[in-house]
Amino acid sequence: MKHTISVLVENHFGAFDRVATMFSGKGFNIRSISIGETEINEVSRMTIVTEGDDQIIDQVVKQLNRLIDTIKVIDLTGSNHVERELALISIGLQKGSMDEIKNICDIFRGNIVDINNKSMMIEITGPPDKIDAAINVLAPFGIKEVARSGTVALKRGEQTKFQKKELSTN
Amino acid sequence: MRKANAILTGADIFFECLKREGVEYIFGYPGGAVLKLYEKLYDIDFLQHILVRHEQGATHAAEGYAKATGKVGVVLVTSGPGATNTVTGIADAYMDSVPIVVFTGQVPSHLIGNDAFQEADIVGITRPITKHNFLVRHVEELAATIRKAFFIAATGRPGPVVVALPKDVINSSCEFVYPEDIEIRGYKPKYKGHLNQIKKAAEVISNAKRPLLYVGGGVIMSGGSNELAIFARENKLPVTMTLQGLGAFPGTDELSLGMLGMHGTYWANQAVNNCDVLVSLGARFDDRVTGKVETFATNAFKIHVDIDPTCIDKNVIVDLPIVGDVKHVLAELAAEMPKPPVVDEWWNQIYQWKDECPLTYEDNDGRLRTEFIIEKLSQKTKGEAIIVTDVGQHQMWTAQYYQFNHPRSNLTSGGLGTMGFSVPASIGAAFAVKDRPVISISGDGGFQMNMQELITAAFYKLPIKFIIINNSFLGMVRQWQELFHAEKYSFTDLSSSNPNFVKVGEAFGIESYSTDNPKDVDSLLNKALSVNDRPILVEFKVVKEDMVFPMVPSGASISQMILRRLNPKGML
Repeated sequence: MKHTISVLVENHFGAFDRVATMFSGKGFNIRSISIGETEINEVSRMTIVTEGDDQIIDQVVKQLNRLIDTIKVIDLTGSNHVERELALISIGLQKGSMDEIKNICDIFRGNIVDINNKSMMIEITGPPDKIDAAINVLAPFGIKEVARSGTVALKRGEQTKFQKKELSTN
Repeated sequence: MRKANAILTGADIFFECLKREGVEYIFGYPGGAVLKLYEKLYDIDFLQHILVRHEQGATHAAEGYAKATGKVGVVLVTSGPGATNTVTGIADAYMDSVPIVVFTGQVPSHLIGNDAFQEADIVGITRPITKHNFLVRHVEELAATIRKAFFIAATGRPGPVVVALPKDVINSSCEFVYPEDIEIRGYKPKYKGHLNQIKKAAEVISNAKRPLLYVGGGVIMSGGSNELAIFARENKLPVTMTLQGLGAFPGTDELSLGMLGMHGTYWANQAVNNCDVLVSLGARFDDRVTGKVETFATNAFKIHVDIDPTCIDKNVIVDLPIVGDVKHVLAELAAEMPKPPVVDEWWNQIYQWKDECPLTYEDNDGRLRTEFIIEKLSQKTKGEAIIVTDVGQHQMWTAQYYQFNHPRSNLTSGGLGTMGFSVPASIGAAFAVKDRPVISISGDGGFQMNMQELITAAFYKLPIKFIIINNSFLGMVRQWQELFHAEKYSFTDLSSSNPNFVKVGEAFGIESYSTDNPKDVDSLLNKALSVNDRPILVEFKVVKEDMVFPMVPSGASISQMILRRLNPKGML
C-alpha cells in the first residue's frame, strides 16, 4: 500500500543523502521524494511517498526515526491531510490542437506558462491522481516532456504544529 | 564581563576534547592530511598513541578495546587510503554495535571534490555503515562535533561514528568553547521501558510453563549481567545466549543452555522450538539464530526487549515489545514478577534433551582437534580469560566449548564475520585489560589477513597468547563445500600455500611453537599462560576434515539440526 510520510530533518550537509542511502540500503521503494525549507530555521521537510506492507512501512518509519538528523517522522496515510503535486507538461502543437489543449488545461485549472509555434507548456497543480489524469488526457496530443515535483503534504488542522520542546536546539 | 576563552588551533582543540572525553589510547597511523595532529601528538602525555601497521588493524584494535571495556575506542588515520582502509572495521563495529570514533584526515576544504591527492569521500563511503558521521567544515564546529561524536557512539545502541577533519580546519584557529552538555534534538535514546508493558511481560512469564530467556549482546552492552543473573535465578529460567551474548550469564551456571542457533546446542534449540514464552533480551533475531523464520519458536509468546526500536518486528513479529535499556528493564521485570513460574517439568525435559545429545567430539584416535584445545583452555583459565576469536570453525568451537564466566570476555566478529579481526582486536583488548589473560584464537586463513599487527603486539610487549588453529583449510567454507557443494574444495585448501607460522612469529620477534600432538597441548598452553611480559605464538596443527556440529543448514528450521558425529545415543 502507498504511504505518504512527512519527515522533519536538520538542514544539515548530507541530511538528504542519509535518507536516500537508508532507503536504498534497506531495499525500500521511493515513489517520490521532495524536500524544501520550512517555517523553522535550519529545519527542512521531506515528503516521501513509499509503498509496502505494514511491516515494511513500520520499518521505514523506525529507520527514518533512527537517523540522527531526523527530528520528527509522521506517516500521514490514514490521517486527514492535504497532498499536492505540481507538474510542468510540454506538449507538441499540431494544426488546430491548441484550442483543445487549452480546454483541457482549463478543466484541470492549469496555466499555460510557455508557448511557441511548435509546443506549449502547461502547469498543473493538484493531488497526484489529478496530475496522472491530466497526463493521460493530454497524451494523445503528443507529450514532449514532463517534470513532476513529487508530492508535498501537510496534516489538516492544528496537529501539524510541532511542540517547541521537540524543536529546541542546544 | 565574560572571560575571554583561549584562542586555539584545530589541532589543540582536538586533543583538548579527547582529554576531556577521557581518552586513554588512540590507535592510529600518520599521513599527510593529519600531520598537524601528529605534530601535537609528539608532545602529548595524557594519552598514548598506538602505532599499528595497517589502518584496518587500528579499527579492530579500537573495537577490541571498546568491547573489553565498554568505553569508546578511538582511531586516527589520514585521508584517502588511510580512511578507506578503516571501512571494514567500521562496518564490523556497526554490525556488532561497538562504540568507536574514527577520526580521518581530509584534504583542505577548498580541494574537496577536486580529486585531490589522497582524497576520498569517506563521509559518503561510510554513511550506510556508521551510526552517524561528520565532515567538520569550520574550526568553530570542531569541539561540538567531537563532543557529539563520542555522545552518539556511546549512548543508546552503541555504534561507530566517523569524523572527517579537513587539513585547513585542523590548522586554523578559533576561540575554544567546550560544550559541557550536549543535546541533539533528533537523537533521544529511550532507556526506561514502558512500565505497563513490563508488568504485562512479568504476568506472562509468571504464568509460563516453558519459559526461555534468549540473551544477546545488548545485555552485555547495557551492563545488565547482574540484573539478568538475579532475574534468571529468582525464577529458575533457562538462559540461552547468542554468539555476542556469551558471557552475559556464566556458561557454567546450571541455568545456562549455552549458545542457540546455527551451531548452538541441541538442547538450546529444542528449548527454542518448544518454549511457550520466549523473552528476547538485547538480541535481534539474526538469521544465524532463527534459521527459517516461519518455523522459529512458532508456539511461543514472544517478548522483545531492545533499546533500538528498529530491531523490533524487523525479522520476527513479536507479541510484546519493550523499548528500553535491557539493564533497566530487567531490574523492573524482576521487581514486577507476581510469582515465579512453575518450571520443574520444563527443566526435566531440557535435561532429557541434553542427555540425549550432548556436545561431544572424537577424542580417542590420537589426533589433535580444536574442541580438545578449547576445552583445555577453558579449564586452565577457569573461564576467566578474554578470548578474542577470528571467524570460522574455531570461532564456533570456542563458542561451544569455552565456558565464559564474565561479560566482555568473548570478543568476536559476529555480524559482519570479519576474518582478520582477532589479531588486531586482541591488541586493543590487551591495552584495556591487564589483570586477565588475553588470548587471540585464529584459523590459518584469518590469521594471515592481519598478521602484520604481530609487530604491534611485539613492540608494545603485550602478553597476548596468539593461538593459530591450523587445519590448512578455510575450514568453515570447506565444511559447506563438503555438505552442500558436491565436495568441490574450491580454493579452500591452503596446505601447499601456507607460510611457516613459527618462522612468521619469529620474524616479528615473537617466541613461537607448533605441534600436532594432543599430548603437547597441556604443556604449550601452560607455557603460553605463564608468559606475562611479551606475546607468544602457538600453532596447533589440527585435523583437516573436522566439522562443526551440531549444525542447522542455512535457511532450514532450527528443528532440522545435523547431529552427525555427535553420538546422539541412537536418538535419531
